[in-house]
Amino acid sequence: MSTIQADPAPPSDPLQEEGSTGRAGDSIFRGLATGAGMIIMLALAGVAIFLVLQSIPALGASGEQAYGADNIVVYIWPLLFGTVLAAVIALVIAAPLSIGVALVISHYAPRRIARLLGYLIDLLAAVPSVVYGLWGRETLQGWVFPVYDWLHDNLGFLPFFEGPVTTGRTILTAGVVLAVMALPIITALCREVFLQTPMMHQEAALALGATRWEMIRMAVFPYARSGITSAVMLGLGRALGETMAVALVLSASGIVTFNLISSQNPSTIAANIALNYANASGTKVNVLIAGGLVLFLVTFAVNFLGRYLAARGRAKA
Amino acid sequence: MTDTLHEPFHTDPSTDLSTHVPLTKPQLPSIATTLAAAVSWGLAGLPALLLSWPIAGWVVVGWILFVLALPTWSGLIEGGRKAVDRLVTILVWSTFALAMLPLVAVIYTVVERGAGALSVEFFTASQQGVLGEGGGIYHAIMGTLIITVIASVISIPIGIMAAVYLVEYGKNNRLSRTLTFLVDVMTGIPSIVAGLFALALFTLLLGPLPRIAIGGSIALSVLMIPIVVRSTEEMLKLVPDELREGALALGVPKWRTITKVVLPTALGGIVTGATLAVARVAGETAPLLLIAGTLRGTNFNPFDGAMQTLPVLIFGEATRGGLAEYVPFQIERAWGAALVLIMIVMLLNLLARVVGSFFSPKTGR
Repeated sequence: MSTIQADPAPPSDPLQEEGSTGRAGDSIFRGLATGAGMIIMLALAGVAIFLVLQSIPALGASGEQAYGADNIVVYIWPLLFGTVLAAVIALVIAAPLSIGVALVISHYAPRRIARLLGYLIDLLAAVPSVVYGLWGRETLQGWVFPVYDWLHDNLGFLPFFEGPVTTGRTILTAGVVLAVMALPIITALCREVFLQTPMMHQEAALALGATRWEMIRMAVFPYARSGITSAVMLGLGRALGETMAVALVLSASGIVTFNLISSQNPSTIAANIALNYANASGTKVNVLIAGGLVLFLVTFAVNFLGRYLAARGRAKA
Repeated sequence: MTDTLHEPFHTDPSTDLSTHVPLTKPQLPSIATTLAAAVSWGLAGLPALLLSWPIAGWVVVGWILFVLALPTWSGLIEGGRKAVDRLVTILVWSTFALAMLPLVAVIYTVVERGAGALSVEFFTASQQGVLGEGGGIYHAIMGTLIITVIASVISIPIGIMAAVYLVEYGKNNRLSRTLTFLVDVMTGIPSIVAGLFALALFTLLLGPLPRIAIGGSIALSVLMIPIVVRSTEEMLKLVPDELREGALALGVPKWRTITKVVLPTALGGIVTGATLAVARVAGETAPLLLIAGTLRGTNFNPFDGAMQTLPVLIFGEATRGGLAEYVPFQIERAWGAALVLIMIVMLLNLLARVVGSFFSPKTGR
């Protein structure tokens, strides 16, 4: 945001000067609009302040009150690991797919069909996360089970596929479900950037005899690079904070491992809160809220970086 | 970026105008793609039938054959560059097909497994005193309705007014730039963090472990306001300045210009955005699980006690476990509720599109 060049002295609007019309309606309406903006700022400040206030008691928690961990850091960091691992799996799957889908909508499909295809992708975003979770828990885990078996048999020498394969409800399945949920966001943002590529560059490339792919590689991608990066970052933000899909799909035991297909899976911060909240009491609630604060800070950083990259890309273009 | 365009194009030094040069390069016939696809999946069908593979195996093997066959054929006749272009075209369209797979699969599964649960009782009864078969989701539908409506009543006016401030009054000053940035940040807030915010707020007000439906509405508002601001802002920016200037030139006060000229012109887009925002939060689970809690009976009072909602009911029924004889009924109820929830959300989406095109600005884009 800071890169947007603002006029040092915006031209003063004579109609905006107080008293020039002598009508009370104007100042009241202006006050209402400004007030609405203030409420948003207060709400966001409230989120940060209340989370910090309620996290403070958790700093001293240990043993029983910290779910058996020595202190709050030892408790939260495996969850943070799981959160990042699941989100990274999701992005490894979703990012290339999203770029392809965005290209279909922006450059490959005939214009009339492209609108319809865009709607279909939006519908993918409209399905509630709890429904994806239910689907992952009841249906998808059965489908991926034979695939995991195959991975274990043929690629078992890799640490990721060590197994043993006893369930389909693994962190890899959670990553797949998260990928489905991150895909519409990344697609929508990439599509915007692809459509903004100057038509002249594209037509020039085609006029020189480039095939469609060469045109995209030489004219569209260089222009869209920062936009794609920021889209992926924002998708990462979504995947990091997703709760229900992971809580329903994952059979979690809260350990730290890169083994993606065993029944012993790392849990994520958000899913852990949802699953443990019902029977939490006393300081345990504060411990969970402290986890939420960590999640808030991480997603804040990721989103900030994404927006910053997007703004910088716009300023350069 | 233009320098990357200087890739040497194929110039053959032996080409001489005196000899015969074909004016067109050889091309594959226009049915080549269809033909290659038919042959690929046909060939894959043989072992699939003989070894009775699952359908997924047949599709995958056919796809691999197709990806190999068409570019190879193209490479032999049209040359390498064309072949790469065809390969990429196949891959790009394949990503789209792959992305559609979960949408189709989810909707199919939800309809298949949820349709059996629907009955009159399902829509008119609650879960009060019901453990196994029977009972319904009336209480959860009402809860979702109440909490979502209150969230909309809070969010839509605040969101629209904030957008009015950004577009009509802010003029890129410091406050409006900060606000734009904060709205961006708010868009990225994980839903469970919004729930924790409401929880922390009401813990301070009501004591430990509060369960109150209005808290759910507040948590949903935190998620909903940025969506409304963003979509309204986009729409207000589309309103041509000539309209504002015309009204102001006639001596209309600025606030009347905004309420009578600017907002009505942008109405279609604003309603679409608000409806999509409602659809988005109607399916939110995590914040409601934390603050609105879960209840087997019906509660109409948002200021007192827990209130059941559809997403929380789905989560609860799917994870409850318990006596083995009850589990199948719980799972069926979860699917039935998922079907109802998906229908509500899809209807809202459809409504948003219809309203959007009905009110769409007459100014054109």
